[in-house]
Amino acid sequence: MKRRKFDAAALPAKTAGAVDDRFQVATPLRKLLNKVFPDHWSFLLGEIALFSFIVLLLTGVFLTFFYEPAMTEVVYDGSYAPLRGTPMSAAYASSLDLSFDVRGGLIMRQMHHWAALLFMAAIVVHMLRVFFTGAFRKPRETNWIIGSLLFWVGFLAGFTGYSLPDDGLSGTGLRIASGIILSIPVIGSWVSSSIFGGEFPGTIIISRFFIAHVLLIPGLLVALISAHLGLVFKQKHTQWPGPGRTNENVVGERMFPRYALKQGGFFMVVFGVIALMGGLFQINPIWYFGPYEAWVVSAASQPDWYVMFLDGSTRLMPAWEISIPIGDGYVIPPLFWPTVVLPGILVGLSTMYPFLEARRLKDYKHHNLLQRPRDVPARTAVGAMAVSFYIVLTLSGGNDVIADKFHISLNAMTWAGRIGLLVVPPLAYYFTYRICLGLQQHDREVLAHGVETGIIKRLPDGRFVEVHQPLTPVDGHDGHAPALDYVGWVVPKKMNRLGALGPAIRGFFYPIEKPAEAPVSPGHPPVEPRPEREEIGSGESRR
Amino acid sequence: MTSDNDRRRGLLARLRGRPVARSRGRRRLGAAVRLAAALMLAGGAYTVFAPGVQAQDNPPLSAAANEGKALFDVSCVTCHGRNAQGVEGRGPSLIGVGSASVEFQVSSGRMPMARQEAQAMRKPPQFTDEQVRQLGQYIQELGGGPQVPQGDLREGANLSTGGELFRINCSQCHAFGAGGGALSSGKYAPSLKPASDRQIYAAMLSGPQNMPVFGDNQISPQEKADIIAYIQETLKHDQDQGGFNLGRYGPSTEGLAIFLVGIVALVFASLWIAGKS
Repeated sequence: MKRRKFDAAALPAKTAGAVDDRFQVATPLRKLLNKVFPDHWSFLLGEIALFSFIVLLLTGVFLTFFYEPAMTEVVYDGSYAPLRGTPMSAAYASSLDLSFDVRGGLIMRQMHHWAALLFMAAIVVHMLRVFFTGAFRKPRETNWIIGSLLFWVGFLAGFTGYSLPDDGLSGTGLRIASGIILSIPVIGSWVSSSIFGGEFPGTIIISRFFIAHVLLIPGLLVALISAHLGLVFKQKHTQWPGPGRTNENVVGERMFPRYALKQGGFFMVVFGVIALMGGLFQINPIWYFGPYEAWVVSAASQPDWYVMFLDGSTRLMPAWEISIPIGDGYVIPPLFWPTVVLPGILVGLSTMYPFLEARRLKDYKHHNLLQRPRDVPARTAVGAMAVSFYIVLTLSGGNDVIADKFHISLNAMTWAGRIGLLVVPPLAYYFTYRICLGLQQHDREVLAHGVETGIIKRLPDGRFVEVHQPLTPVDGHDGHAPALDYVGWVVPKKMNRLGALGPAIRGFFYPIEKPAEAPVSPGHPPVEPRPEREEIGSGESRR
Repeated sequence: MTSDNDRRRGLLARLRGRPVARSRGRRRLGAAVRLAAALMLAGGAYTVFAPGVQAQDNPPLSAAANEGKALFDVSCVTCHGRNAQGVEGRGPSLIGVGSASVEFQVSSGRMPMARQEAQAMRKPPQFTDEQVRQLGQYIQELGGGPQVPQGDLREGANLSTGGELFRINCSQCHAFGAGGGALSSGKYAPSLKPASDRQIYAAMLSGPQNMPVFGDNQISPQEKADIIAYIQETLKHDQDQGGFNLGRYGPSTEGLAIFLVGIVALVFASLWIAGKS
């Protein structure tokens, strides 16, 4: 029998052909693979959140194999000697076993926790990028809302996860959450007893939070993330203005192969950073906090960073109790305002912002080009105000640690927070606004008069002036260069950004291309190519 | 009848017996003797009962306490006053604080204080162990008070009980990792990292500064040993499972780390990746 020759090189084409014969996927797939994404470093921040979510799913599945979501009391008899013989809940005991007796359990736990912090941090950083560049404007308001919801759902995911180990810190957090729920007028006590199955802490909360943490919330997150990415796909990514880039096109790289490869690489980097942090930095050492007992509250009991602003608002809130003389008297505790009303306002304001801005500017057009923050001073200043408000609250959430480690009175910290919360945001607004205007003006100046050369010339009448290099050729009429229009993109402000000296060489740590040849004019000897320059370019050098 | 009459005649009359005519010289002599006896009785009673200046020096100080008094009169007297009775607005009386308090305050360098402030800070100690012992002996002999027992303070300790007691009684202020924490108005619970066994024991006994007293009827000596063992053997000499502990300040530094390390590293990575186009 004659053996057919096996041709390995033809195999992929043959397989693909066979698949297409059966499923007719070539046309839609080609469209997908050829989809163009604009490229800029700031467009990769959202991916950090996406990739840490993937790490969260992977490590979280590992943790569920060993975690026992039950509050039945057991006596610990594992490897960690200082807790041996201590009665505790099965949830805490299994978390300890995960940390000390399961091979690789501790690094998985730590990676999961670091990935959770990174997920939230990346969401915030990504939101700031979207906000300050105006990427939320029509038609992308829906995606902005989905993004804000992702933050709050992530917040819930983090809080439920923080509660699961049932250590002292978890229980303290739960106790505060139950207090917050109880502070809601009229429905508070009903909601609290429904969630906890009776009085705090009850015996059911851990198993309820477990199912919320591993099924409901991740399901919701996956759904929201899919919708978020689907909309980016459908509405196409925004891009910075620049040569050849208009409101109607997208300039960038095709999905396959370059963009996909880069994203794959970036996933590895994110995974690597999380793994490094999980292996090198201890996070939430539950064995020091001990099992949760209502009478044990450690100093420096803080929530994770993204919840800390609520802790801070609670610490700054004066003890204003409202008593309403109805029936036996009704009391709205001060806790209600900083922990229920404030987040409610924040959710409302942040999700509605695109509509508020459009309404104020009467701007209902489609926008696919981004804006530099300096070009919209009011928005940038509002953003700075919001960020400073959040930072004051977050710092106040850790004010006891700051007070202790920097030897400041805790009372002084509290008052600094109270005053700062009212004073810093308006100041941030004013200074940001002025800085934006200053940057705008400098851009216009360079476009009109050229780049400062650093060469000082003395005029015949004795004056000194700096020579400016115009950005355009001098036109014949009056010896002046015509002023250029600002197009919403970076204006070169240094001589080494101009054509004569060429843009800085591409490459991050070492040059990845040869410098351009200097032009040779007839009648002059050819200019020697300049020696190799090695420099670490900034982000601006590679456009 | 006769005895009744005798009683009615009074004490002096009975002492005198029958009235007998005596010589004038003998009567005068008797009066002088009685006067001298009465004076001596009154003076003696006064000397015995009256608080005299000499009375304080009466219990003789031991040699060590004398050394301690000499140190006290040079270094402590400004604020705590002569004979450690305190100075209004400057320093409290030390009568009854015991050598435990002296040992804690002086061996940890808190006393002598650099200045009056919310709370005395731990400093390099100004006195040697021997001098601390002499000062403690002086204060002890002056007014008594709690003393740190000699010998191994961790004998027969149970780490698990110690951990539970630490979390219940100590962690509110000193924090779960014994790194310390803030109290109101510039006061603070210090880190326990530099504290020795005897200092921790003395602190529990004497309740220095803002710390409550944990006397032997609240936390027994055996339980104190458990707590000390937990602090010294678990919290200080743990291998920090899971890597660098970020100072054990809880989630605050973890939040800082995710931005300073995680986000910074990944922003650089995205700059790098976006630069390769």
